[in-house]
Amino acid sequence: MSTVTSSAGKSIVEPLADEPMHHARPTSGHETDHQHHSPTPIGFWIYLMSDCIIFGALFATYAVLGYSYAGGPAPIDLFEPGFVAMETALLLFSSVTFGLAMLQADKQKVDGALMWLGVTALFGIGFIAMEVYEFNHLIHLGAGPDRSAFLSAFFALVGTHGLHVTFGLVWLFTLMAQIKMHGLIPANMQRLGTLSMFWHFLDLIWIGVFSFVYLVRLV
Amino acid sequence: MASEQPAETFSPIFGRLTLDWIPIHEPILIGTFAGVALGGLIFLALMTYFKLWAPLWNNWVVSIDHKKIGIMYMVLGFIMMVRGFADALMMRGQQAMAAGGNEGWLPPHHYDQVFTAHGVIMIFFVAMPFVTGVMNYVMPLQIGARDVAFPFLNNFSFWMTVSGALLINVSLFIGEFARVGWLAFPPLSGANYSTGPGMDYYLWALQIAGVGTTLSGINLIATILKMRAPGMKMFDMPIFTWTALITNVLIVAAFPVLTATLALLTLDRYLGFHFFTNDFGGNAMMYVNLIWIWGHPEVYILIIPCFGIISEIVSTFSGKPIFGYRTMVWATACIMVLSFIVWLHHFFTMGSGASVNTFFGITTMIISVPTGVKIFNWLFTMYKGRVRLEVPMLWVIGFLVTFTIGGMTGVMLAIPPVDFQLHNTLFLIAHFHNVIIGGVVFAIYAGVTYWWPKAFGFQLDEKWGKRAFWGWFIGFYVAFMPLYALGLMGVTRRMNSYPDAGWQPYFIIAGIGALIILFGILSTFMCFAVSIMNRKKLACGNDPWDARTLEWATQSPPQQYNFPQELNVTGREAFWHMKKAGFKWSTDYAPIHMPKDTATGVVIAGIAFVFGFAMVWYIWWLAILTFVAMIAVGIAHTFNYHRDYYIPVDEVRQTEAKGALT
Repeated sequence: MSTVTSSAGKSIVEPLADEPMHHARPTSGHETDHQHHSPTPIGFWIYLMSDCIIFGALFATYAVLGYSYAGGPAPIDLFEPGFVAMETALLLFSSVTFGLAMLQADKQKVDGALMWLGVTALFGIGFIAMEVYEFNHLIHLGAGPDRSAFLSAFFALVGTHGLHVTFGLVWLFTLMAQIKMHGLIPANMQRLGTLSMFWHFLDLIWIGVFSFVYLVRLV
Repeated sequence: MASEQPAETFSPIFGRLTLDWIPIHEPILIGTFAGVALGGLIFLALMTYFKLWAPLWNNWVVSIDHKKIGIMYMVLGFIMMVRGFADALMMRGQQAMAAGGNEGWLPPHHYDQVFTAHGVIMIFFVAMPFVTGVMNYVMPLQIGARDVAFPFLNNFSFWMTVSGALLINVSLFIGEFARVGWLAFPPLSGANYSTGPGMDYYLWALQIAGVGTTLSGINLIATILKMRAPGMKMFDMPIFTWTALITNVLIVAAFPVLTATLALLTLDRYLGFHFFTNDFGGNAMMYVNLIWIWGHPEVYILIIPCFGIISEIVSTFSGKPIFGYRTMVWATACIMVLSFIVWLHHFFTMGSGASVNTFFGITTMIISVPTGVKIFNWLFTMYKGRVRLEVPMLWVIGFLVTFTIGGMTGVMLAIPPVDFQLHNTLFLIAHFHNVIIGGVVFAIYAGVTYWWPKAFGFQLDEKWGKRAFWGWFIGFYVAFMPLYALGLMGVTRRMNSYPDAGWQPYFIIAGIGALIILFGILSTFMCFAVSIMNRKKLACGNDPWDARTLEWATQSPPQQYNFPQELNVTGREAFWHMKKAGFKWSTDYAPIHMPKDTATGVVIAGIAFVFGFAMVWYIWWLAILTFVAMIAVGIAHTFNYHRDYYIPVDEVRQTEAKGALT
């Protein structure tokens, strides 16, 4: 495709004799305007990497301040392994169901895709509900973010992840409405693809949170 | 910028905003306000009289054309430069007076706001818009693209930057600004020591503008990776495009750290978290580490595109390809990586110990190696070239000399024992002004002079252009060389007054230097005005400098679609080889696929401005309302599936036949 050259012969540039590879010439025809693939996937990837760095800074903060209890409670006093395992399971399963939705979408099955997206949303809501409950519980225990630097770092990191999931849910519902309106047209397939990246990315971050914030501190 | 803080009160409707926060008892501010209001009224009247509101809105504000957005970034940069420079003159005046018991004309409460505003404005709202603007305008043209990868996002990014800038300017007349220095180290910037709205203006202005910067970085990387003309390989790209790519990688890697750091400080201030507080386990030095992990790459974000500008100009005005293209690219890539492992040199005095300081001292010195490679590449490009000493080239030579001196004083500061003497002295101030004025400002002026004919179809007036250069060039040396001397005498930065009258002559000379720079700045605006008035006489063809890269292959100014046909490129310096081969555009046009303008970007950014204002003043109901509104407008935008259109062949043929200047 990239070798298509102008059909208006008079303006075609002939390669120079001594530098055969140095030339440029106009191309014509509709097809060349579309030969660039959409920049959206790579652009969204780059966005995710920048988001990853925000989380990196928050993880680093937790690493530095995670032992600054200021005489307050430590992880072992606060975290319940079973509860966190449940949260983790909800989020990981939501990634599986999102994958199933993508499989349905690839087959252009609107109802199947919407169904699995709905299940994904339910898992996501469950996760957020558990997190809100946990935060509320901790604040009532007197272990709010203003109690110690450790808790500040904990709330900031876990809360930022939770905010991301919440925005992911808003996006999910918006996209479900749009798929209902327009079906699985290419534009919606692209959006589904980017949301899928976002959702799996949050899963990945959560694995970091789960291991680094909860698990190692409970051992 | 009130001198004293009114008592803290809170009402559900206005938050902590009361009439006491309007600084009516401040003659300087009242004068400024009167000037701004008068100028604003004249502007509004003229706009209305000439019926320019609709064209402004339709052709510029909602435009997603990268060229117009680039120009608007430059306008923002020049306007904010006036504001930031006014702060500089106030400081120079204060320090020229306030010796040996004289208190000068700015009380500390005001003076502290002035130096904070100067730094914040010059970095975030002058230098950043300048480099982003040039990248926005030039890079897509250099790679033969129709626009950036995400044109709507580009418009949104610009207006978010404007929102941040507006918020800072509002702090001048409603409330006050931060009094903490441009990087706002805690605990001084924490809730206990920075009461009042000033510090919160700082946080929200930078946070809002930072969203724009990060998104623009993502956008431009995707543009370079995906939108290059067919056949253009990475190592066929012009050096400026390479530097744009590397700069935007740095933006995307560094700005999230700033976002996170400022968010943590915001949590400390608003919700009583303990990241950087003195008690409850907080760690203020962690802020200093985090902010410089962003801050050091930031100075390279500013200078690397300038290296690109210099490369293009040196090559064009020497009539030669750039010397050592590949070494240039690799040197820039090395700087990109190294810029992330030197941040601790900003606080050797923190007390990390000899081994840590040694590591960061050595990495800092290593950065001067790839930078030196670049300097020699430019020199060798000029060597045996037919150098034309036109105005852009004057700036380049000014850059080469001045930036090299600034770089060398930087290497001095990289030696930890030397730094222990010079830390936080005026030597440091002289150093970074030496690299930012001598580097960024000179290169941006070079770039503006070089690409102005591209953007508008006529050249800049040479006489006033030279006056601007000599004003800046001489003014810089007169203003900052005394500061090096003062720094070696141990004079610390940010002093409101000083007892030793022996220092005063140096400060007076520095003040005179600032006035010479003022002449340079006034000459700049004269240059623009005179050139616009004489635009018929200064009109030039599409390629006035006999340039080598693709942006000069199309009309000056380019049509909205940039190139009438898509180009098929092989090899470097495509346009140079096209010219040698007698290139002409074909008349066999095809419909051109273009994105549609949209007002969504400016609307969301406008709401973000109100949101920032509400957060600064604790007007919670308004903050919630505007936050929800931003998201709602954003979501509503995604329901629009008709974002592009085709320019029909006839229209392309007509605009091409008419030519650029009609």
